[in-house]
Amino acid sequence: MSERAIRIALPLAVLALGVLAWDVVVRINEMPPYILPGPELVLTTLIDDWPVLWRSLLATLTTTLEGFALAMAGGVGLAVLFNQSRWIELSLYPYAIILQVTPVVAIAPLLLIYLSQEAAVLACAWIVAFFPVLANTTLGLKSVDHNLTDLFRLYGASRARVLWELKLPAALPSMLAGIRIAGGLSLVGAVVAEIAAGASGAGSGLAYRIAESGYRLMIPRMFAGLLLLSVTGIAIFFLLSWLSDLALRRWHESAVTRET
Amino acid sequence: MSVSPASQEPIVTLRGVGKTFGSGTVALDHLDLSVKGGEFLAVLGPSGCGKSTALRIMAGLAEPSRGTVAWAGGDDGRRAHGIGFVFQEPTLMPWATVAANVYLPLKLAGTGWDAAAPRVSETLARVGLSEFANAYPRELSGGMKMRVSIARALVTAPRVLLMDEPFAALDEITRFKLNDDLRTLWRELGTTIVFVTHSVFESVYLAERIVVMTQRPGRVFTELAIDPAGRDAGFRTSAEYASLCRMTSDALSQAMNARTAA
Repeated sequence: MSERAIRIALPLAVLALGVLAWDVVVRINEMPPYILPGPELVLTTLIDDWPVLWRSLLATLTTTLEGFALAMAGGVGLAVLFNQSRWIELSLYPYAIILQVTPVVAIAPLLLIYLSQEAAVLACAWIVAFFPVLANTTLGLKSVDHNLTDLFRLYGASRARVLWELKLPAALPSMLAGIRIAGGLSLVGAVVAEIAAGASGAGSGLAYRIAESGYRLMIPRMFAGLLLLSVTGIAIFFLLSWLSDLALRRWHESAVTRET
Repeated sequence: MSVSPASQEPIVTLRGVGKTFGSGTVALDHLDLSVKGGEFLAVLGPSGCGKSTALRIMAGLAEPSRGTVAWAGGDDGRRAHGIGFVFQEPTLMPWATVAANVYLPLKLAGTGWDAAAPRVSETLARVGLSEFANAYPRELSGGMKMRVSIARALVTAPRVLLMDEPFAALDEITRFKLNDDLRTLWRELGTTIVFVTHSVFESVYLAERIVVMTQRPGRVFTELAIDPAGRDAGFRTSAEYASLCRMTSDALSQAMNARTAA
């Protein structure tokens, strides 16, 4: 079997075994669905409740994408700003770190007091996702080959030219690594904020739907929602990996498949 | 033998140049060196003797702590002469094709691609890489990458080519081939070349004149004129080459001892 086939087949086999074990446990113990629903029930719930779940998924996805876009713009923008001005970097970088290390679960309820719910959810998605973009892009911008910098100087390149023609392309691989992490994290941020918002009794996203289903003991719907969230996360990850690969495959070692 | 005659006019002169780094390291002590227009000059010295620093000072990439650097034609002389610089590593932009890498100096000078394209392909042809214009650096061998680097330095038709141990990291076969090609380029283009190296054999094979430097802090120990009867295919294995190498090697050991004794 080829390497590629094994890569796909092995995780799928583990998944099948897991689902099977789950099903067997539920059946043997005759567990009621409000404690642990079997895989079949989760799947039928997913289909039956699709209109509700789909609407919620769209709401969460919108927040995630908005938060992600803002995180990319903010992360790359701040990194460029830091790179151009040491003063700004020294003044602001510590606060970026503080924002990153303070658990967003703890910030979300506060944000919900001062911001509208959509804005608060978006802010959470942004807070969680922008830091990896910032940190990785900053690193990338600093890792430019010194000789290439000298070469640009020798030919009298302006600051803007050096940034655009040298630093940004050189930073692209690490920038994309940060962006890949940010994609998954913006989903996490959106979900965390929705759960917090859900506790205050308002919301429309998938995470809110899961929380609500929990209160109403609709456990199969909780599982269906969780399944959807997880599939969304996987989709985001693969989409971003694919895009990053597309951008780098001609020149960067990380994306080059070696012939052996 | 068609060697372009070196004019006696110096193109750049370093007088009493010293360089002390922020860390307190004295890289250059009191360097007097002049490069004559059209010559192939090798600067030979042990590792860390400050020869790369001297080259960077000539290029304007480092400021001398003491002394002066005078280009023929005054302050604007350096720009007017046009400098090509070749680093020890190929120093190519990995995200750009070979052609785009060679185009860079012209691009930074504001030349559009349409105007620059003929010059880029001509330069690539000169280093024998026409077929690889659209390849990316990672697809090339070490020797080919260095050729791209040389093409990039030559694309602006500079009058001075500064080379900082460009072939040190290459295997011997590739190095010999590039040595021959560099000699050919020098003869055809009439470019002044300052070639920094720690290899006695390379300096004797390539240069018309060798400046031997002492250990750090570097200064000029002695100068040798290399004027063999001929530099044909057999030169590298000739008795004359061997004796020139012995002479240069002796000068280098004296230079190193001179510093330790002082």
